[in-house]
Parts: sequence; C-alpha cells; structure tokens
Amino acid sequence: MSQTAAQIDDGWSRQVYALARLAGITLVTTVPDAGLTALLRLCVDDDDMRLVTLSTEEEGIGMAYGAWLGGTRALLCLQSSGTGNCINALALPAFAQCPCLMLVTMRGQEGEGNPAQFPMGGAVRAVFEAMGVVCMEAMTKEEVAPLFGQAEQLAFNDGKTAALLISQQVIGTKSFVK
Amino acid sequence: MMTRDRSALKRREVLANVLAARGDALVVSGLGTSTYDLFAMSPAAENVYFWNAMGLTVPAGLGLAIAQPGRRVLVVTGDGEMMMGIGSLCVIAAQAPANLSILVLDNEEFEETGGQAGLTAGAPDIAGIALGSGFTSAMVARDAGDVGKLASFLLQQPGPALAVAKVGPSTDEPVYPSMDGPELVRRFRAAVPGD
Repeated sequence: MSQTAAQIDDGWSRQVYALARLAGITLVTTVPDAGLTALLRLCVDDDDMRLVTLSTEEEGIGMAYGAWLGGTRALLCLQSSGTGNCINALALPAFAQCPCLMLVTMRGQEGEGNPAQFPMGGAVRAVFEAMGVVCMEAMTKEEVAPLFGQAEQLAFNDGKTAALLISQQVIGTKSFVK
Repeated sequence: MMTRDRSALKRREVLANVLAARGDALVVSGLGTSTYDLFAMSPAAENVYFWNAMGLTVPAGLGLAIAQPGRRVLVVTGDGEMMMGIGSLCVIAAQAPANLSILVLDNEEFEETGGQAGLTAGAPDIAGIALGSGFTSAMVARDAGDVGKLASFLLQQPGPALAVAKVGPSTDEPVYPSMDGPELVRRFRAAVPGD
C-alpha cells in the first residue's frame, strides 16, 4: 500500500501545495520524480486538483497554455533531466507571453551517485535561461515555499515562464551502493 | 523519385464541412497549413492558432478541454505535427475527456518544407495508434462519403475521438491569422469566459 502524504512529509511539499491552492492552481502535470513524491501525493488526494501524468515533460507546457486559454492555472512538476525535453516547447509561452510555472527537482548536483545525471543536471539553468525562463533555486527546505510564492507571482501576475529548482541538497541523493 | 497515390480530398473542403457544424466548439490548429486553413475557413474568436512548438497542439487541446468541460474542443492538425506528439494520445486516453476530438489532415508529407514523404506515407497508421492508445473511437476518411460522417463523429459523440482525413496537396493560397502571440491569447480569453 502506498504511503500517505503525512508519512512522507518532506518539510516543503505541504507548504508548496498550500500556496498552489491559494494561487488557484487546479491542474498539475508531471513526469514524476522521487523528490516530488509528497507533493504529488497531496495533489492526488485532493478532489479539487487534477493530476495528469504525461508521456514527456513538454506536453505540460502545451497543457498549461491550453489551460490558461480556458481560464485554468497549471503547474508542471518535473525532474531536472526533463528540462531538456522542454526547450522548443518553451517558445510557446514566450511567444504568447502567458504564464508557465514549473517546479524542478534537481539531479546531477553535489552528492549525485549516478554520473549519467551530470550533463543535463548541470545544464538546466543555462538551458532555461537561454529560453528566457526566470530561474530560482532553493538550497534549503525553508527557502522552497517563499521562492515558490515568488515564481507563482511571476508566472500568473506577470505572464512569465518561471521555474523553481529544488536543489539536491533539499531532496537528498539516491543511493547506488551495490 | 517514387510517386505516391494522392487523395482527391481537398483539405479546406474537409475542414469547412466539419466546421459548418462547429456550434460553440473551441478549435485549436497546429502550426503551418492547419492554422492557415482554419483561419481561411472559420476565422472565429474561439480559435487557438499555433505558430510554433510543433507537437504541442494536442496537449494544448487537452489543457483547454480540461479547463472548459462544458464545451467541445476540436484539435485540427497535420500528420507530421501529430507524429511529433504521438505520445499525447496516451495522455488523453488516460484522462478520457469526453469533450475532446482530434482531426488529422493527413497529406502523408511535409508539404511546407518541400514535400518530403511523411511517416504516414508508409505503414504507420494514426487512427490505429489512437485506438491502441485507448481512444473511444477512431476513423479514417478517404472519400466524400466518409467526409460527410466527420462532423457528427468529431462534434456530437462523446470523446475522446480521433479522425484521420487522407487529403491531397494544398491548392489554396495561405492566409495568415495574427502573429502577435499576446493578442491571440487576449482575443481568445475575451471570447471564452473561464469555466
């Protein structure tokens, strides 16, 4: 049986979920990551939130655009490796100057046990910023909620594409010990 | 050079036939000829015209269908654009939006870039992929009789539904909607109240 949200409290997901609710976000799209477990569980358990599992991350950019046109606010949750899949998709909210909000859990940083994660993990900020995405990064649990609030405001008040990166220092590292 | 048998169906006639019955449907068109044809045949404020982001027309249709459950959403796109986002058919089937339909104008080539053969010129079958993804229904229109069935198939019955219309080369001059992205968004949101 899967764990309840309370059992997997990670010190930041509840606050992000509460802020997302407060911001009127009712659509959450994702290709999941272990670091997103608690947040996605909170969304699944909420009948007023719709969680959509994607086949690839860029679909979440297209869905956010269609949702915005129809009057609904969306959040795309992804692992850092999925940011590269979004590059050309980011031309859509940039062209339309409409909100696009992303929450990215990082891999390929300090303590990473899988060297295959370094190339994309290390390029996230450069790639996003090249596409005009406003990036901010939470280095501690305490920083996550206030920065999410800023990213959410930039997206929905100012029509920006904004991404909050959550450092591997916050979410921990995956063990590959054999 | 290998020549292909070309469909006698004209893409704008297929589209006009379907959109004559659009009612209050919201229509999303894929970049390139689909956008030009939608603007030519049914230039309503309730249209979303894509100019970029190939592969995202169908996901945008899904986002819009979720946001506007009381209205039919029809995505009109080409075979190349559909292939680039083909996994989205599985995302849609998993969500099962009853108000979402897709019309693929399948000319089996990349007409805008010089007529290079598309994947559907060979074995790949978009209607078959839709059924395998879990779509409620899918059909292929190959002649005028089939085209007559498209409007009710796409706009009346519960979705998600996908129709492929095998069409010939474009013979019409392109006409272009606004290329002002924010203006396109403002116009649509003004015409379509949030749910």
